[in-house]
Amino acid sequence: MKNSVNRELPDTLMSDLNYKPFKTTNFGNPEIQRVAPKVHATANESKVVSSLAEVVKQTVQDGMTISFHHHFREGDYVFNKVMRIIIDAGYQNLTLAPSSLTNVMNDIVVEAIEKGVVTNITSSGMRGSLGDAVSHGALQNPVIFRSHGNRARAIESGEIKIDVAFLGVPNADEMGNANGMDGETAFGSLGYALMDAQYADKVVLITDNLKQYPNTPASIKQTQVDYVVKIDAVGNADKIGSGATRFTKDPKELKIAKTVNQVITHSDYFKNGFSFQTGSGGAALAVTRFLRQSMIDNQIKASFALGGITKPTIDLLEEGLVDRVMDVQDFDKGAASSMHLNKQQQEIDASWYADPANKGAMVDKLDVVILSALEIDTKFNVNVMSGSDGVIRGAIGGHQDAAKAKLTIISAPLVRGRIATVVPDVTTVVTPGDSIDVLVTEVGIAINPKRQDLIDALSHIPGVPVYTIEQMQQMAEKIVGKPKALEFTDRTVAMIEYRDGSLIDVVKEVKD
Amino acid sequence: MEINKTAIAGTLESSDVQIMISKGTSGIQFEVESDVEKQFGDQIRQTVTDVLRQYDVKNADVKIVDKGALDMVIKARTIAAVQRALDIVDQPKWEVL
Repeated sequence: MKNSVNRELPDTLMSDLNYKPFKTTNFGNPEIQRVAPKVHATANESKVVSSLAEVVKQTVQDGMTISFHHHFREGDYVFNKVMRIIIDAGYQNLTLAPSSLTNVMNDIVVEAIEKGVVTNITSSGMRGSLGDAVSHGALQNPVIFRSHGNRARAIESGEIKIDVAFLGVPNADEMGNANGMDGETAFGSLGYALMDAQYADKVVLITDNLKQYPNTPASIKQTQVDYVVKIDAVGNADKIGSGATRFTKDPKELKIAKTVNQVITHSDYFKNGFSFQTGSGGAALAVTRFLRQSMIDNQIKASFALGGITKPTIDLLEEGLVDRVMDVQDFDKGAASSMHLNKQQQEIDASWYADPANKGAMVDKLDVVILSALEIDTKFNVNVMSGSDGVIRGAIGGHQDAAKAKLTIISAPLVRGRIATVVPDVTTVVTPGDSIDVLVTEVGIAINPKRQDLIDALSHIPGVPVYTIEQMQQMAEKIVGKPKALEFTDRTVAMIEYRDGSLIDVVKEVKD
Repeated sequence: MEINKTAIAGTLESSDVQIMISKGTSGIQFEVESDVEKQFGDQIRQTVTDVLRQYDVKNADVKIVDKGALDMVIKARTIAAVQRALDIVDQPKWEVL
């Protein structure tokens, strides 16, 4: 069958996995029954267990769902240490349900797949050798990709039932009170891990920094934690986030960033009390810098900045240009370390951030968001999942969720090398064109024809030509040529959920 | 025209292509390395073949290391490589350019 973004979906797989086709970006107001975790009551004086091997033995059984968070990013030691023990102990048929998978986790996941230890995966994304293996059919069951908000929704609804959560933290006391902001390996907000702590049947905290009881501020609380394990090191502080923030010097990125800023400042949303989300990456950081100057020049202040936070956003907070930072994760040390200094920098969990099945998520209040794209097509559908060769190499992250903003801007170059960014049809639809408003490239902007208000507001910005998205696509094709269509087999290797849990697209096995 | 010496043109920088042409015996033989092989491999071979044909080269071994070069870059690097291989760098073939 086909869904409303015209993607052919595999009927058998859909009925086996109980999927509905994606229909609309409007979630509506359904009544939802949430699940609750099983609690093993205890009044013990301490939850400290002597070793990881011991706690794995006590908690994990074949066929279970285990989870991790990715806040340590490329500096993560916890994932590899736990998975090594699990593989060596010979467990089988596990479902891996981390908030996302970073490159340092790739090799051991591939090994776990090859040995039958892991037979199902749900994640925000994957890349490198793991994405390559999955795209070549290494995993028998399709991977399920969910946005950060959708993961929160699926955990709350019981679609993801976590048996054991292994959560690395930079500090914890003997009862399991912990936060992400203190210690050698501090990463700031524990946003994604808070879901696991709240909903997993068994919660294992892993730390290299055992603090005196009671450890505060406690983001994860002792009421949620079953075991605490002390190991030598939970992560490599230098690889958790980039150190000093570097601004891009790439003239193309700067041109795009400047244009993004012009789009924001010429829109009706640029007024006192507006809110925004920028994300990481060179262009996004440059946008923050341009936006700062425009806010000063026009004496405009923002009510909040949302999402993944970087140092330039913290600078705005400290300068008084932003009133609150609503922080689900921190991309650099500056943002991470400011967390306990700035009480206006509020840690939020993934549900509060972006979950549609909620009594209100922050993304619903968001005015402006700047997002990236590997590909965007003439229907404004965006792909952030599969590369130009069809291989999985990305993550949904908060893309679908933040695209709910009132002004959703995609910033992307027209072409990258010989690969067009603006294409007739994206390889994989991740975020539907319905929620995308403006595309900004180095040659100009394209506005979603559904947004007449934006066409009126943005059509006469000096030095910013407006094209139709079809014109942009033709410009790109003229530069790079017409590529040969990618070849895939009939086998589905990944399901792409929309944030409401419906199926928006699938990824097929690549033919090599 | 007969290729008698090996010649190279281009670099391994992003958006460039390095083309090495050497003596061949059985038509034009390709060895292609490219990140965009799947989408543009055939077009890359075609562009190089067209240039070689204009120089009337029938036998050559061609090694291509492509870093996402646009078509015009591939054409220019091929012209440079084939002129060097034929030892005619001082006699540009204007009708090809």
